[in-house]
Amino acid sequence: MHPAPSVIVFTTLSGLGFGLLFFLGLGLPAVSGMVAFVFFAIGFALACGGLMASTFHLGHPERAWRALTQWRTSWLSREGVCAVAGLMVMGLYAIGVIFLDQDWRLLGLLGSALSLATVFTTSMIYTQLKTIPRWNMKLTPALFLSFSLAGGALLAGQVTLAIVLLLAAAAVQLAYWKQGDGALAASGTDMGTATGLGERGKVRAFEPPHTGSNYLLREFVHVVGRKHSQKLRVIGFALAFVVPLVLLLLPFHHLIALMAVASHLAGVACSRWLFFAEAEHVVGLYYGKR
Amino acid sequence: MTELPSSTDRKLGLVIDLDTCVGCHACVISCKGWNTENYGAPLSDQDPYGGDPSGTFLNRVHSFEVKPTPCSSQPDPAAQLIHFPKSCLHCEDAPCVTVCPTGASYKRVEDGIVLVNEDHCIGCGLCAWSCPYGARELDQAAGVMKKCTLCVDRIYNDNLPEEDRIPSCVRTCPAGARHFGDLGDPDSAVSQLVAERGGMDLMPEMGTKPVNKYLPPRPKDEMEGDIDVLAPFLTPVAEEPKGFLGWLDKALEKI
Ligand code: SF4
Ligand code: SF4
Ligand code: SF4
Repeated sequence: MHPAPSVIVFTTLSGLGFGLLFFLGLGLPAVSGMVAFVFFAIGFALACGGLMASTFHLGHPERAWRALTQWRTSWLSREGVCAVAGLMVMGLYAIGVIFLDQDWRLLGLLGSALSLATVFTTSMIYTQLKTIPRWNMKLTPALFLSFSLAGGALLAGQVTLAIVLLLAAAAVQLAYWKQGDGALAASGTDMGTATGLGERGKVRAFEPPHTGSNYLLREFVHVVGRKHSQKLRVIGFALAFVVPLVLLLLPFHHLIALMAVASHLAGVACSRWLFFAEAEHVVGLYYGKR
Repeated sequence: MTELPSSTDRKLGLVIDLDTCVGCHACVISCKGWNTENYGAPLSDQDPYGGDPSGTFLNRVHSFEVKPTPCSSQPDPAAQLIHFPKSCLHCEDAPCVTVCPTGASYKRVEDGIVLVNEDHCIGCGLCAWSCPYGARELDQAAGVMKKCTLCVDRIYNDNLPEEDRIPSCVRTCPAGARHFGDLGDPDSAVSQLVAERGGMDLMPEMGTKPVNKYLPPRPKDEMEGDIDVLAPFLTPVAEEPKGFLGWLDKALEKI
């Protein structure tokens, strides 16, 4: 898949933002007044910034409100509904915490649940696609949720929790790469089933439909070199997990915490780039590109 | 509404004959011609006369080579070239419809045609991601999703002469490789054709239940013995020139 910057920024930032809002809703850390304002501002900035970025790749952003209507069948619609509801509930909860020194527990819990639901629905947009075997795995929601929780705990300054969750997310990431690398082969889809000609012999793409490129090739056929992707995996893994874990074990300092967050963010973005760039859409088979 | 109808009254679709398709791309051109000036936004081209031309098409023809597996009767089978037209298969279980967040994509209850309401489409592209066949393309100029409409604006169009009330690609195909009809009716000509020729689904494992069917290429005839029937008559009569020609030959060689 084409690793569109708008989608990478969106899933990275809003995943982190909703992760932070999840912990704030639980009352972790239990803050109020100005400190609470800063925490919530960061959470909202990340979550909303990500959502805004996601509209950049729309052909008609002005009609985006329509995307809230089909929640009965569409995960993308459900994501929109959860995000809007989550942000509104968390907004109310934030007003209580920041200005009225009130901890509306139920509202906070509801906001936390909706924040997590938003991340889950985002992951399901990708998971539901049978056309992309690397995404069509149970590990995809696990990947998004564990990343969001680990990043959220890190931002919320929950050191012990963050260590545990970072370790968990790291394990999911490794499992995701391992299973994902065999997903296309395991799906049983190849040029033979795509053309229905597989039983007669070996099928080879002889001529593409047009000499030039097209939307399908630009959007769905992105081939990353194996060496290139291995290098990025190491870099992404180190930045997202190893560096923050080492930094968290050092004596606490705000600067160190900031470095841990920055490193984690860069690492997650790198992993997200790979999530898209490495994903093989079966339509590539018609072009002999798999 | 992006909920799929549990069943449709008819299942209109195409039957594509891989045996007779000659790969002339006439259906590609006629599809683009008809659909760029009828239903919905035009099918735009980008940089059409420049160095990197591309554009929106609802129907594209691929070509594949199949190298048959050698067997005892055919130890060294010749490769076969198969031209492969591909447009929307109007799937019964169309994933492109259910993923649509806006309700712009829908499947019609009356005939099963899958369409996009371009006034509601936000151009998110998710439906194209969910289609295994690459049948949907986001138009770069209009920012909305384009796909085969099964020429819905021809097949019911009373302003056209009767013989033109079929999809443009079917009407145009000079080889008769595209057939249009109701695949939900077992007695229809297309259903009969599918039954007779063993029509198949593309990527059945995707669970999309395509309405369009593909007729597999027939096995090729075997050439027995001499391939060139004229060969015996064309063997040189004399290997060495004799008489005057022989003398000339020798004389010329000496020079
Ligand atoms: S071929 Fe693709 S676009 Fe057409 S109905 Fe099936 S899934 Fe949808
Ligand atoms: S591109 Fe348009 S038709 Fe396709 S899923 Fe998005 S809104 Fe629906
Ligand atoms: S039925 Fe019409 S829209 Fe569909 S491929 Fe044929 S000409 Fe194009």
